[in-house]
Amino acid sequence: MVAASSQKIFSVTLRVWRQAGPDRPGAFVDYAARDLNPNMSFLEMLDVVNDGLNAKGEEPIAFAHDCREGICGTCSCTIDGKPHGPGRGVATCQIYMRSFNDGDTIVVEPFRARAFPVIKDLVVNRSAFDKIQQSGGFITARAGSAPDANALPVPKGDADLAMDAAQCIGCGACVAACKNASAMLFVAAKVGHLGLLPQGQAERDRRVLAMVNTMDTLGFGSCTNQYECSAACPKLISHDFIARMNRDYLTASLRSAFKPAPASTGGGAG
Amino acid sequence: MATLDSKIPSGPLADKWRKHKTEIKLVNPANKRKYEVIVVGAGLAGASAASSLADLGYKVKCFVFHDSPRRAHSIAAQGGINAAKNYQNDGDSVHRLFYDTLKGGDYRAREANVHRLAEVSVNIIDQCVAQGVPFAREYGGLLANRSFGGAQVSRTFYARGQTGQQLLLGAYSALSRTVGAGAVDLHVNSEMLDLVLVEGQAKGVVIRNLVTGEISRHSADAVILATGGYGNVFNLSTYARGSNTTAIWRAYKRGACMANPCYTQIHPTCIPVSGEYQSKLTLMSESLRNDGRIWAPKKVGDRRAPGEIPETERDYFLERLYPSFGNLAPRDIASRAAKRTCDEGRGVGTTGLGVYLDFADAINRLGEPAVRERYGNLFDIYHEITAESAYKAPMRIYPAVHYTMGGLWVDYNLMSNIPGLFVLGEANFSDHGANRLGASALMQGLADGYFVIPYTIGDYLAGQKPGSRPGPEGAEFKQAEANVRGQTTRFLATKGKQPVSYFHKKLGKLVWDYCGMSRTKAGLETALREIPALRDEFHATVNVPGSAETLNQSLEQAGRVADFFELGELMCRDALTREESCGGHFREEHQFPDGECKRDDGKFGHVAAWEYQGEGKVPLRNTEPLNYEFTKMSVRNYK
Repeated sequence: MVAASSQKIFSVTLRVWRQAGPDRPGAFVDYAARDLNPNMSFLEMLDVVNDGLNAKGEEPIAFAHDCREGICGTCSCTIDGKPHGPGRGVATCQIYMRSFNDGDTIVVEPFRARAFPVIKDLVVNRSAFDKIQQSGGFITARAGSAPDANALPVPKGDADLAMDAAQCIGCGACVAACKNASAMLFVAAKVGHLGLLPQGQAERDRRVLAMVNTMDTLGFGSCTNQYECSAACPKLISHDFIARMNRDYLTASLRSAFKPAPASTGGGAG
Repeated sequence: MATLDSKIPSGPLADKWRKHKTEIKLVNPANKRKYEVIVVGAGLAGASAASSLADLGYKVKCFVFHDSPRRAHSIAAQGGINAAKNYQNDGDSVHRLFYDTLKGGDYRAREANVHRLAEVSVNIIDQCVAQGVPFAREYGGLLANRSFGGAQVSRTFYARGQTGQQLLLGAYSALSRTVGAGAVDLHVNSEMLDLVLVEGQAKGVVIRNLVTGEISRHSADAVILATGGYGNVFNLSTYARGSNTTAIWRAYKRGACMANPCYTQIHPTCIPVSGEYQSKLTLMSESLRNDGRIWAPKKVGDRRAPGEIPETERDYFLERLYPSFGNLAPRDIASRAAKRTCDEGRGVGTTGLGVYLDFADAINRLGEPAVRERYGNLFDIYHEITAESAYKAPMRIYPAVHYTMGGLWVDYNLMSNIPGLFVLGEANFSDHGANRLGASALMQGLADGYFVIPYTIGDYLAGQKPGSRPGPEGAEFKQAEANVRGQTTRFLATKGKQPVSYFHKKLGKLVWDYCGMSRTKAGLETALREIPALRDEFHATVNVPGSAETLNQSLEQAGRVADFFELGELMCRDALTREESCGGHFREEHQFPDGECKRDDGKFGHVAAWEYQGEGKVPLRNTEPLNYEFTKMSVRNYK
């Protein structure tokens, strides 16, 4: 089902990070990957290599994956030093072997960051992202209490820009790409998405303060202002959202300094 | 024999839900915190249920096998969500959405459930907008809509080609809020491996932590399964690789009835298979059929490039066969038409298993920028996978497994035949009959979680004494844990020759060949011989390396594929018994001369709910008659 020119079968060497567990030492191990079809996805190539390891009685390479269509954000390999590998605006699962040449040595590592400890081989723990969301990445709206959806018009430009930010798949490539392992782009995407919408205004200050503070306590570094994050982002989310978040953070900090928010943060007053 | 009381409220169709809500029992606010509810799964249905129940004051424990609830496969739904808002002024109404969904399902769903779904559809859009879901809008700031298959109105709300993602992130944000507030106790990397019944009621689960291998027991006053569909039984599908049947299958083996397992949806527009190594099929959203035209060469074996085939030698077969719905014919009908075309030798591409989805007319009419604005991300996905541009040449598409309408049997309250076990979203069988219309899965998942279970679970819990739930130390819990440990040990001890994937591929091919887009008595009988034989081989010769105490993806896969083997057999049994064609279930013996489905309402106007009878025994087929009080079951006509 593909152009005849891309049917050539080829081989590569994989240099893969193997690490048995979180507290175990890791090392690169070389594996030959033979008889590859250029139309295989990178993860399908790993499947084939793993079946080969299984046949030899060795433990397969653990790697994170699920939807294999670039939307769930599970897959997370650094390929030849680039989070999600060659290609722009795609996740690891959307890399196809046609991006490589016969005889290449491909280096495959997990996403590396202090806040993303390795679980095994290429699988890392990204629960820090969930903790940031839990601290403020939402609009409080209980089921049953919403007004009619068209009661609050949202200018198309704002809705489109909010959608640009909302596309974040939470993969963590931005963190892995940053030499400071900063989560600014991830946090800024959520702050930008909700802060651009009229329904997100009520919690706008609280949201940005809580999310940024949580990010800081979880071991992510500061922004380098070098934008490796947006370059590595599979959804190409713009670093402009970081500027937007910084402005929101500053405004919210000033407002909270001069006009302290009520002490109670939960719902149940009275 | 299981008791299948649908508990459909009496009274006029449009009043049933309202009346039911005023009549079912309530739990008072101070008592709610005394009840603990387990929710398994956090896709649209699970996350919306967990957060809504927590907001009501119940104690909620939520288990997800993913590393984050945001990764549930609801995220991959592309096209949109239906709602009877009639914002387009094109004549939509709750009744029309009800009727389209019921008819789309080939009259094999319950009237009352479908009507309720249509009623709450409008609330879902309100709720999602309030949460900040960035739906597409018009320049004036109001919400935009598009059309989907099986409807003659525009009622589908969408967020580019990522509607499922945005709705899931909305539900995930609600779940995150309740987790942050301490109202939901969230456990990620946690797979449910058994259901625990105490005195015949669902009172807990056994969980394996996929990272540490730890096995734990958890008790509750009620258990909700929102664990999605079982389409990965086919191995190749549009499902995520991790999607599985394990939670609902193990509940089945504890006595929950499995309803209509043979009703599977084959989506007409997916990227065709390219080779043996293939792990996944990628959907091209149905929304493309708004502007794309499906065609194949008129001539058998025409190998010319699409651009060289003149207009007069093209067969726009959906427009020809179904002039009033054209390219927007329902999924089952469009899929079979594509299959028939390829079976006639008119398929395209190197394998001949494909037809064209052509945007040339749309690009001429609207210009490339407008087409890019509507479908750009889908064209990008197509390009990544095939290295071809759909702006220049038509896409090649072929049907692929996409959704399962069957699932655990539930009553009107979404409770299974096991008291205290509720099943939501794709995991249940309830609303789509024998075929689901596009943009209805997201609607059902959120309806169940936000607007149905918060009411109906109270009716069950009000009958349970607060604080009466058993602890997880009881004999039933220990037995379930031993059951899980036994299976894990057996897999690791087998030390055979073949990886799990070898068997999954073989099983998938059997189920696809004999229980896929079209089915025959002989084929199904063959499958019923070959699947058990392959299953025995699997248990005898599978190789699961590694240990049970760490992340072990082979072990996870082995457990899931073992369940797929048993489920696949039940699907074939169900398909063999249902001697009619309806929706996604097409039996070649039962068709009209033009190849359309021939239902037998007299003999099969019912739900088949299979009841487990023990290892190696033929399950019992219970039936729930579908009593249509308000609609006439008629022959579906999209011509």
